[in-house]
Amino acid sequence: MSEPTKQRYLLQGNEAIVEGALTAGCRFFAGYPITPASEIAEQLSIKLPAVDGTFIQMEDEIASMGAIIGASLAGVKTMTATSGPGFSLMQENLGFACVAEVPCVIVNVMRGGPSTGLPTSPAQGDVQMARWGTHGDHSIVVLAVSTVMDSFTVTVKAFNIAEKYRIPVILLSDEVVAHTRECVELPAKSEIKVIDRIRPSVPPDWYKPYEGDARGVSPMAAFGDGYRHHVTGLIHDVMGFPTQKPREVKEFHLRQTKKISRGFSDIQMTKGYFLDDAETFVIAYGAVARSALSAVQEAREAGIKVGLLQLITLFPFPRRTVAPLLGQCRSVLIPEMNLGQMSREIQRVNQGMCNVVKYNRIDGKFITPREIYAQLTKL
Amino acid sequence: MKGQQKQEDRYEIRFSGSGGQGLITAAVVFAEAVGVYDGKYVCQTQSYGPEARGGKSKAEVVISSKPIDYPKALELDLLLAMNQAACDAYFYDLKQNGLLVVDSGLVEQHPTSRIIAIPFTDIAKDEIGRKLVANMVALGAVGLLSGQVDLDNLEKALLARVPKGTEEMNSRALQRGIEEARKINLDDLPRAVMSDDYDEV
Repeated sequence: MSEPTKQRYLLQGNEAIVEGALTAGCRFFAGYPITPASEIAEQLSIKLPAVDGTFIQMEDEIASMGAIIGASLAGVKTMTATSGPGFSLMQENLGFACVAEVPCVIVNVMRGGPSTGLPTSPAQGDVQMARWGTHGDHSIVVLAVSTVMDSFTVTVKAFNIAEKYRIPVILLSDEVVAHTRECVELPAKSEIKVIDRIRPSVPPDWYKPYEGDARGVSPMAAFGDGYRHHVTGLIHDVMGFPTQKPREVKEFHLRQTKKISRGFSDIQMTKGYFLDDAETFVIAYGAVARSALSAVQEAREAGIKVGLLQLITLFPFPRRTVAPLLGQCRSVLIPEMNLGQMSREIQRVNQGMCNVVKYNRIDGKFITPREIYAQLTKL
Repeated sequence: MKGQQKQEDRYEIRFSGSGGQGLITAAVVFAEAVGVYDGKYVCQTQSYGPEARGGKSKAEVVISSKPIDYPKALELDLLLAMNQAACDAYFYDLKQNGLLVVDSGLVEQHPTSRIIAIPFTDIAKDEIGRKLVANMVALGAVGLLSGQVDLDNLEKALLARVPKGTEEMNSRALQRGIEEARKINLDDLPRAVMSDDYDEV
């Protein structure tokens, strides 16, 4: 199944992430098992060695993150998978991956938190943490999946973004998506666009590891292929050595931000349903988007002019898609399995244009279509 | 939420009983037969964690000709209960004309007269020789009674999932379940007395 053909498979969300990772070229996984993400490690421990890849079960999530950074610097596409408590431990090294511009994919299958929380229940409480969990100003991409097919395609996309922009990408799933089995037709490998990092083409002596091309992304040499260079968590100059010169520090930060903002049209992914003539709309992501779609279809049948905007990219926040809809519609409903983490972003963009209504559940239960429908009728 | 149209193209089955009865396996085989072999849309979910180890464990299959948005069961068309606790807990999730299928050896108190009782575990133990395959006897019956799956495909999916060397036993269990369910005439079941329309109550 590592060489997917157009055949139908019954897969769990977690298994589809594994297939997506292998298709995108992931050949290194280091992780520590945790509910509800364990199936990803379990499957990769069988499938990676079969394609000459490496699977390591580490002593904890701190080391897991360190290992995937190291392997990525050695030129391999890497991934780790965890849930909330493990994701907390990864934050320090995640910052290192941001500063040293190390491409990698971190899957967080969200469960109830904080701390060990509700290990077997779905939640969406790690959304702002995915964006701001590691300290300091940094740019990062956060994606969310809602179906088994999504788990495959968005994982491929996550690797492509990581490689193209030299950044860590966070993929958020949740217990519902992770453990729902659905039939999927995996596309043939030839139909899938896979992006690899750009390697330096200059002679080793001329190589400036952090100079950045026109897009602001620097070609990335693998350790061991002759391009001797320095990698540090300190703010560094174009040669990779620590610097405190205000101009160089500022340039470092601005390049990191710009390389992502220049790629907005490529990075910011959303799906719209019934939005053209919508008078009110729902913004949802992850498993909740499925309940929302069901409720919106029901409401349309009852003659209510409501649409749905599903966010696949949570950060950088897809402002250019959301803002016009906030101008068009009277009200927006944001159902989330947290106390309102994405609704903050929407309120920030909204600036009073539209009536923002939150619907939150934090009792470890999945939001049902009926609940969303009841809210829609009140908008 | 009325959604008459929606309910027509959504068929929901819940396999329930206690942890260890193989209900998740039965649901996965059913989902695979419907999804991979029959080519319909299907979502399969199950109880997870401590919930899965208690007296009432459940696995659900939602079937549709259209893409499925909400993946879990909302109103059951068929409930299989392999013990009393599951029957008591989930009976109220059934639709008005939904089918309640129980293991007659393990469920003694019937919440309704509109019930199909088959001794799945006794058949497995006495006729097949292994109590373990009661889930497959039940799967056969659910396959026939639901009318949602091609029974040949159900067997194909089953044989692809079970451990080597147990194919014959599992296949015999499935066929016995189908046979037993054929004896039931659904038209003879009493009509449901409860209404789905809460407004009318």
